[in-house]
Amino acid sequence: MISREEVEHIARLSRLRFEEEELERFRHDLSAILDYVNTLGELDLEGLKPTAHAVDLKNVLRADEPGVCLSQAAAVANGPAVEAGQFVVPRIG
Amino acid sequence: MDVFSLTARACRDLLGSGEVSSTELVELYLDQVERVDDRVGSFLLVDRDGALAQAAAVDATPRDERLPWEGVPIALKDLLCVEGMETTCASRILKGYRPPYDATVVAKLRAAGLIFLGKLNMDEFAMGSSTENSSVQLTRNPWDLERVPGGSSGGSAACVAAAQAPWSLGSDTGGSIRQPASLCGVVGMKPTYGVVSRYGLIAFASSLDQIGPLTRDVRDAAALLDLIAGNDLMDSTSVGLPAPLVMPTRTDLTGLRFGVIREFLGEACEPGVREVFDGAVAAIHAAGGMCEELQLPSVEKGLAAYYIIAPAEASSNLARFDGVRFGHRSEGAVDLIDMYNRTRSEGFGEEVKRRIMIGTYVLSSGYYDAYYTQAQKTRTLIADDFRRAFGRVDYLISPTSPTVAFGIGERTQDPLAMYLSDLCTIPANLAGLPAISIPAGLSHGLPVGLQIIGPHFSEQGLLEAAYAVEQRLGLSALPSIAEAGR
Repeated sequence: MISREEVEHIARLSRLRFEEEELERFRHDLSAILDYVNTLGELDLEGLKPTAHAVDLKNVLRADEPGVCLSQAAAVANGPAVEAGQFVVPRIG
Repeated sequence: MDVFSLTARACRDLLGSGEVSSTELVELYLDQVERVDDRVGSFLLVDRDGALAQAAAVDATPRDERLPWEGVPIALKDLLCVEGMETTCASRILKGYRPPYDATVVAKLRAAGLIFLGKLNMDEFAMGSSTENSSVQLTRNPWDLERVPGGSSGGSAACVAAAQAPWSLGSDTGGSIRQPASLCGVVGMKPTYGVVSRYGLIAFASSLDQIGPLTRDVRDAAALLDLIAGNDLMDSTSVGLPAPLVMPTRTDLTGLRFGVIREFLGEACEPGVREVFDGAVAAIHAAGGMCEELQLPSVEKGLAAYYIIAPAEASSNLARFDGVRFGHRSEGAVDLIDMYNRTRSEGFGEEVKRRIMIGTYVLSSGYYDAYYTQAQKTRTLIADDFRRAFGRVDYLISPTSPTVAFGIGERTQDPLAMYLSDLCTIPANLAGLPAISIPAGLSHGLPVGLQIIGPHFSEQGLLEAAYAVEQRLGLSALPSIAEAGR
C-alpha cells in the first residue's frame, strides 16, 4: 500500500487537489493498480531493449518553407481571459 | 426506406442514381436520431442546421460533377477537432471549446464531401471501456438499454448499431474502437499505427492512439479507412498505406493460416463468447482456411504494461489542460498555481484523475526504471511474440472482448475489473498492429465480436480475410431498438 504522503506528493506534481475522503480512495485504488502492474516483475526482460514506438520510423527532412498558420485572433479565441491578443493569468506566486 | 438496411455504400449509390437527395438522406438519419437518441444517448451534439446546409449545397451541384462520397452523412467521436464545432472529449474541462482548425481526418472527409451529423459520446478523454466515464451522459447499448455500449468509442458504436448514422469515426488506444464495436454488433477497425494522421485528435496516449472506422459491414470499413488514410506533414509518425485500398472481394480462405491465441480463451472468457468464437473457427475451416492454436505467452502481460505506458503518456498529454488557453478556468484563485490546481480538480473526472496520478507516479523520480522502462521492455517482448507468430500464420484470431455487453454500473466501482474488458485488444496497440472486430454471432441475444489481427500494414489482406469470414457468419439479427424505434 502506498503511503498518504506519496499520494499527496503525486497529487502536487499532477496539479490536482483532493478532499480527505478522495485521498483515501485514491490511495486504495492506486495501490491495487500498482500491485497489478507490478506483476511485470515476473517476466525475464534481461537484455531486451525498451520500445517507445511500435513501428520503425526514420526521420524525414523537408524544406523549411513558410506556410499559413492561425491568426493571433483565432489562436487566442478560446482563452478564458484574453486582453490585447494575450492570455491573462492570475499573478504568479 | 429502412434505415437499418442502409450501408454507407448504399447511401452513395442512392445519391448517385438520384433516387434520394442528400437532404432526404440527412433528414432520414436526423429523424432516426430524434426517434431513438433520448434512449440511446449516442450524440453529444447534433448539428442539424450545419448538416442540412451542407446537404443543400450538395443537392445544388449536378450529380455528374459530384465526388463519389459527396452527400453521404457521418458522425464523429467528440475528440476529433472540427473547426468551429464544440469538441469536448466528454470532459467538463473542455466545455465550450471550439477548435480553430479541422483534424486531418475531418479535413479529408470534408474534402470528399461527407456531411457531419454531429459529435458522439465517449469516456472522458477516451479513458474507459463502457462510456460511463463521460461527464455528460450515459450511452446505452441498442441491443439492451440496461447494458453499456462498451468504450471508449461507445457513442460511435451505438450510433451505427442504432442506425443514427451510416458510419462513424472512433479512436482506439487499447481497444476503444474494437471493444464497443463487438458489444454493439458492428464492424470496428484499428489500423496499423501510422496509417492515419493523429493531427487534431485530442491526444490520450500518443504512441498507441489510432483513428479508425465503425461501420455496418467490412466493405464500408475498407471504404472509410481509404478515405482517411495517408501520410500527413502535421503528424510526423504518420506513414499512410502502401497502396490505396480496393473493395474486398475474397469469398474463400483457401491457403490462409489463422492462429488462435490460446491465452485469450482462458477463464476470463465467458462460455457464451467461447461458443460463438468456436463457431467462427468452424466457419473459417468451412471457407477453406486453416486454424491452429498458438501460444503468445507475453500477451497476458499486455494489460499490465498498458496500464503503465498509457497513463504515463496521458499524464504528460493532459498537462496542457491548465485553464490558460482553452476550456474551463476556475474562478477565485489566489495565484497561478492555485488556478491550475482548482481548474484541473474541477474539470477532470475521477478516472482521468486516477490515470494522471498513476502516470505521474510511474514517471516520478526513483520509479521510472522500475515501471516505465520495464513496461517498454514488455512491449518489445510482445512485439517479438507477434513477429514470431506471423512467421507461422497469416492472421491471428480471438474474441474481441472476453464478455458480452455488461450491465450499466456493474464495473464502475472496480477499476481493475473495468480494465479487464480490454484484455484481448490491448496487445495489438502495444505492437502497433492492425486489427478488426466483426460481428460473429449472438450469445443470449447479445453480440459477440471476432477479432482478426494482421502484420503491420497488412490492411488490404486483413480486410479481404474479414470480408470472407463475414460472408459466412453474417449477423442478420437487429438490435432491440430497431423494433422499438420504428
